[in-house]
Amino acid sequence: MTWETVIGLEIHAQLATRSKIFSAASTDFGAAPNTQASAVDLGLPGVLPVVNREVVRMAVRFALATDASITRRSVFARKNYFYPDLPKGYQISQMAFPIVGEGHINITLPDGQQKGIGLTRAHLEEDAGKSVHDLFEGMTGIDLNRAGTPLLEIVSEPDMRSATEAVAYARYMHSLVRYIDICDGNMQEGSFRCDANVSVRPAGSDTLGTRTEIKNLNSFRFLERAIDFEVERQIDILEDGGKVIQETRLYDADRDETRSMRSKEEANDYRYFPDPDLPPLVIDEAFIDAVRETMPELPVARRTRFIDELDIPAADAQALCADRQIADYFEAVFEGRKFAPKLAANWVLGELFARLNKEDVDLADAPVSATLLGDLIARVDDGTLSGKLGKQVFDALWGGEQDVDAVIEARGLKQITDTGAIEAMIDEVIAANPSQLAEYRAGKEKLLSFFVGAVMKASKGKANPAQLNQMLRDKLKA
Amino acid sequence: MHDKTLAEQAALLASGDLSSSDLVEHYLQRIEQHNEALNAYLAIDADAARQAASAADEQRKTGNAGPLTGVPIAHKDIFCTSSMPTTCGSRMLQNFVSPYEAAVVQNMRTAGMVTLGKANMDEFAMGSSNENSFYGPVANPWQTDRVPGGSSGGSAAIVAARLASAATGTDTGGSIRQPAAFCGITGIKPTYGRVSRYGMIAFASSLDQGGPMAQTAEDCALLLQAMAGHDLRDSTCSPAAVPDFSAELNADLKGLRIGVPQEYFAEGLDDGVAARVNEALAVLEGEGAILKPISLPNQGLCIPAYYIIAPAEASSNLSRFDGVRFGHRCENPQDIDDLYTRSRGEGFGPEVKRRILIGAYALSAGYYDAYYKKAQQVRQLVSDDFSNAFAEVDVIAGPTTPTTAFARGAKSDDPVAMYLNDLFTVSANLSGLPALSAPCGFAEGLPVGLQLCAPANQESRLLNVAHRYQSVTDWHRQIPANFA
Repeated sequence: MTWETVIGLEIHAQLATRSKIFSAASTDFGAAPNTQASAVDLGLPGVLPVVNREVVRMAVRFALATDASITRRSVFARKNYFYPDLPKGYQISQMAFPIVGEGHINITLPDGQQKGIGLTRAHLEEDAGKSVHDLFEGMTGIDLNRAGTPLLEIVSEPDMRSATEAVAYARYMHSLVRYIDICDGNMQEGSFRCDANVSVRPAGSDTLGTRTEIKNLNSFRFLERAIDFEVERQIDILEDGGKVIQETRLYDADRDETRSMRSKEEANDYRYFPDPDLPPLVIDEAFIDAVRETMPELPVARRTRFIDELDIPAADAQALCADRQIADYFEAVFEGRKFAPKLAANWVLGELFARLNKEDVDLADAPVSATLLGDLIARVDDGTLSGKLGKQVFDALWGGEQDVDAVIEARGLKQITDTGAIEAMIDEVIAANPSQLAEYRAGKEKLLSFFVGAVMKASKGKANPAQLNQMLRDKLKA
Repeated sequence: MHDKTLAEQAALLASGDLSSSDLVEHYLQRIEQHNEALNAYLAIDADAARQAASAADEQRKTGNAGPLTGVPIAHKDIFCTSSMPTTCGSRMLQNFVSPYEAAVVQNMRTAGMVTLGKANMDEFAMGSSNENSFYGPVANPWQTDRVPGGSSGGSAAIVAARLASAATGTDTGGSIRQPAAFCGITGIKPTYGRVSRYGMIAFASSLDQGGPMAQTAEDCALLLQAMAGHDLRDSTCSPAAVPDFSAELNADLKGLRIGVPQEYFAEGLDDGVAARVNEALAVLEGEGAILKPISLPNQGLCIPAYYIIAPAEASSNLSRFDGVRFGHRCENPQDIDDLYTRSRGEGFGPEVKRRILIGAYALSAGYYDAYYKKAQQVRQLVSDDFSNAFAEVDVIAGPTTPTTAFARGAKSDDPVAMYLNDLFTVSANLSGLPALSAPCGFAEGLPVGLQLCAPANQESRLLNVAHRYQSVTDWHRQIPANFA
């Protein structure tokens, strides 16, 4: 039998606010334990939550970016369960009335195909603290710095049909939340976490199979591997005549497998009810309009503009728009310049990216600013530099040089375009290699490159290659 | 000087005929003398009180004083204080000292009031007799074998026995008004949201409201002035403007329409209580008010709805008392479940446990719609009853409680009988409306309370009616013989 895989993802994106969702404590990562937990975060007797307006603004940004409905009157609810790192004994979340309703996005799969994915909802909630099990002999430590950190839980429809699609969707979301400045996307620090709901069914069936929920997927690679493992596991069970149990499973990266965490029967009854400490969250049109004003151009629109208006090839446009910082950098490189944006794209995706990757540097920390790169490309475009010399200048800029023309001057990298000078060098080379000249003229045209190389060498690499080529051909013919 | 009302004391302080230090010293002596018989105070900070009093006297000299500067007050032990323990009447919070101060405590201190100590109460404000305090029951100053009411029983006994000029209370289903009635004092539950709940340990968040308890409506007006106001730390606190509560105290009652719900004068209402309340209504009629019989048809649903909603919220609110970060922790926990089970099992008393169980049940999957959701629908019906009634009348009046103070132990084995004591009070909480209880005489030597209820944010009207009533009666002047 052929099986069809059905996947839906729940993504927890930590909202990049400075303070927590219901208190004024800082959300900075990595502080000493319990130094960023206020009376509210500790759940002390008598404290009350107050919604951080910035969190609401970010949720609305998300809704606007995903073509989603915005709930004008959403309701915070309490999810009740006991856990030592859950200070109040309940998590404030949203249940029946989430702030973001149904939405829709289009993702690009690795083969270039577009696919639409439905979003069920996105709701606001607070994160719990952390239990630290390995620091104290026989005891567990509690760090409540993370307690109350704002999360947006983004729930997709079960629209993905393979691990590849799930990863493409997760990558899209990862890019989008950074694009609209609501999440730093740091997966190591847990700012962007995925849970996958996975089921399989006979191909052609329109009823869903029993699903399992896989937790602890803190990289795209783990997401892909965990889904692949889980799909295999479920198919094996079904083909052996067994039944998949609805349960929560944990992905173990070391063993590359999923294992049961708790079954549906063991699941908590969370006793959800509207939080009486928080009135319904009312959002008016003026608030939404004000947020809309501050929205950046979204990746899809930007990519289309790059292709249609800037004549950038589709694959390059996709690569440039994957990250807002890259796209912004790219646009800054050619802004106000005479050269074609395409040339800027080549340099950004070529030389710059190669260097960033090689040296493992983030774009934000790159020593070559967009303005400097623009100066450099302008000198290539106006013929002062050949492409090859340009790369030498780029190296100098990467090393800390701050003035393109000064580098060209100081290192004598200026391209030789004086026909007299080039002609003299050609004549010298031809004169020194009479046998090669004879062979060439006898029809061994491959030797052209020998002559080009020799003249280029004589010019110390500075001869304009196009000029050199043309003049050399003419001379060799004669 | 303890026979003076708070307003009278304030006037003497303002004129310089009385010093805060003398007043505070006087109360400290009375507390020393009488508290043992009542068990009304759980904690007293005499040194801090003396210091605050002398600071208040200094402030008087600079001419910077407000009407309440230097007036002594007791705070219900549900309000967090950073200088004294806050136990909420529970073993769970024995010796717990809050690192921060409740908004109400701050507000009263800002107004210059001197804190004498913390008042006993039913554990986590759950009770109508103050028998549920881990620190022992409070006696009713009128007859010490009687209960003072609850949950603000300590506060009521303190004011009735003149062991402070005033006290703060909280009211979730009648916890200010019922003990005020039982102890013969005046207490007002303001409109929900009028007073910040920040730092007031939550019982049922959508019903809880802090308010003043004192001898007279005039005193309550002064106290509420200092207590009320918007607080950004409480999202349910109302941004509505706070009026001058004393401005209309003396307004004429002529033509005031007072609705008298027929449902209140039915089976279960004690004859003596009915008689006193009817006499009080006649007095108001004599002042020019017009009495109109009205109906609150869903009155009978209030108690069942209340005893779903309040426990449901409590079951969640009390989850933070888990032995992990503060409060009682059991000895040698074996694992996390043992820590929870024994810490909570030992820390909470039987009534609190009962309500947590009821509440958790009402919220659980499969029962939510039948209980919690249904109770919320009833709550709306109760609010609608009041809206309809207030289309025809300005104030609603009736008994605060069906009976006078009952004997200690009389109902402690019968929770339902105990809950029925809240019969007339819970509707104001369910609908968020302001309501006041004022003393209106005695039945067999025990005080009877007259309850007044008004539309939202119309505390001034309640205080006006009660003040006019107190201008022509002297029930509020009566002091229990043993505490004269």
